[in-house]
Amino acid sequence: MNIDWFFILEKIVLISGVLVISLVVAMYSTWGERKVASIIQDRIGPNRAGFMGLLQPLADGGKLFFKEEIIPGSSNRFLFILGPSLAMIVACMTSAVIPWGDTLTIAGHSISLQIADINIGILYIFGVVSLGVYGIMLGGWASNNKYSLLASVRAASQIISYELAMGLSLIALLMMTGTLSIKEIVEQQRHGGWNVLYQPLGFVIFLVCSFAECNRTPFDLSEAESELNGGYHLEYSSMKLGFYLFAEYINMFISSALMSSLYFGGYSFPFMDSLGLAPNLVTILGTAALFIKIICFLFFFMWVRWTIPRFRYDQLMRLGWNYMIPLALANMLVTGAIVLYRSTH
Amino acid sequence: MQALTSRARQVDRKPMTFIEKIYLWNILKGMVITFKHIWKRKETVRYPEQKRPFSPVFRGLHILNRDAEGRENCTACGLCAVACPAEAITMEAAERKPGEEHLYREEKYAARYEINMLRCIFCGFCEEACPKDAIYLTETFAPANYNREGFIYGKQDLLIPAPGEKKKA
Repeated sequence: MNIDWFFILEKIVLISGVLVISLVVAMYSTWGERKVASIIQDRIGPNRAGFMGLLQPLADGGKLFFKEEIIPGSSNRFLFILGPSLAMIVACMTSAVIPWGDTLTIAGHSISLQIADINIGILYIFGVVSLGVYGIMLGGWASNNKYSLLASVRAASQIISYELAMGLSLIALLMMTGTLSIKEIVEQQRHGGWNVLYQPLGFVIFLVCSFAECNRTPFDLSEAESELNGGYHLEYSSMKLGFYLFAEYINMFISSALMSSLYFGGYSFPFMDSLGLAPNLVTILGTAALFIKIICFLFFFMWVRWTIPRFRYDQLMRLGWNYMIPLALANMLVTGAIVLYRSTH
Repeated sequence: MQALTSRARQVDRKPMTFIEKIYLWNILKGMVITFKHIWKRKETVRYPEQKRPFSPVFRGLHILNRDAEGRENCTACGLCAVACPAEAITMEAAERKPGEEHLYREEKYAARYEINMLRCIFCGFCEEACPKDAIYLTETFAPANYNREGFIYGKQDLLIPAPGEKKKA
């Protein structure tokens, strides 16, 4: 049997690279979050640990590691530990199908900067992201605390309601592109225009729903400090709490990457093919372009968080079922009609 | 009905329009406002390096004063302790011995003088009550401490240094 060692090595390097990058981005998102908050509120923000407070995430992480670990006596120990682990694992899994760049050619081997180009990439992401709510639900349930339980029930029903609208807005995109592979969607945008130009309404719905999926303000009902004392992670301490908070930032990073790939051309950038540069250089520039887009989205997430308060729960549900889903359905119908008209003429 | 202030505004109870119901437009307006704050002046005072000036009438920690020759002003008359509404001041009087004239201005002095900074409300009545100009409130405040005993300030904490003597840290 002939094992392609180069292939295995390539994938291992890619997987660890993507994992490290998503962890580092998540770490520095916490720093970014605090900086954005402070700038919007006319403050300075963290500025003690290192230059401009850049070492602050390390200090926070170190603190979380050394904090006392408390597992409540009345909790279900196994599920209590499983909750944050699941949240973290699921958050890290989604990055596998996102194309982080085009192909690099090193020593005759062409390496695709995507861990797995599966032809049902979007379905995979949806499946894995939906699992993410189990982390929250298990954590809330196992804590044996009514606030945590309420929060996890909220999170579950919120994610179910918004996943519907999210899926519907994506169906319109899929009808247009005719593929479920994210890589192919990006390649189509490389030659055509960005999908956001053809699917503005679909993008807005997807954006709103991804806020809800990531449990970000204004949809952070599941960790509403003022009503639920911190929600599903109320009983958590030490790094288990850190995992929950971290998973939220990784989710944010992944959904930013997803939105950039689906609607904003992913690793493609304008005049990509007419610059006449070396293919490897173009690939690296493309990856940089993707990360710039991701950072813009991350900033957007934070910007929204520090602008508006959270919704009331009935407002959240009404927005989801009465406005988002009908709008997504209408968008789907219009897109379908146009696609049909195009294919027959 | 006449409004009580010029800033009063009638509450708008009209049902929300469609634009308001999907929130997006109003959220966008709010985001424009927060974005403008990026260029606003930062209000933060970088504390240990930068300090805010106190007002001239600020009442902080007490000091016990000396006269021009470096002798203690306090005669332990107890008027400050009587005036103190929080009963934070205790003192013990002692008689000046011959040969101590360079230390104490009058024949009676405070052998022990303690202010409990946790009880003190910094009203400044002691300063007003003092007939000998011995006690003053300064522009500093009590630093943090690990135990309550640390907040009971004795004479060595309160007395200003005599001329030529260095203040103990």
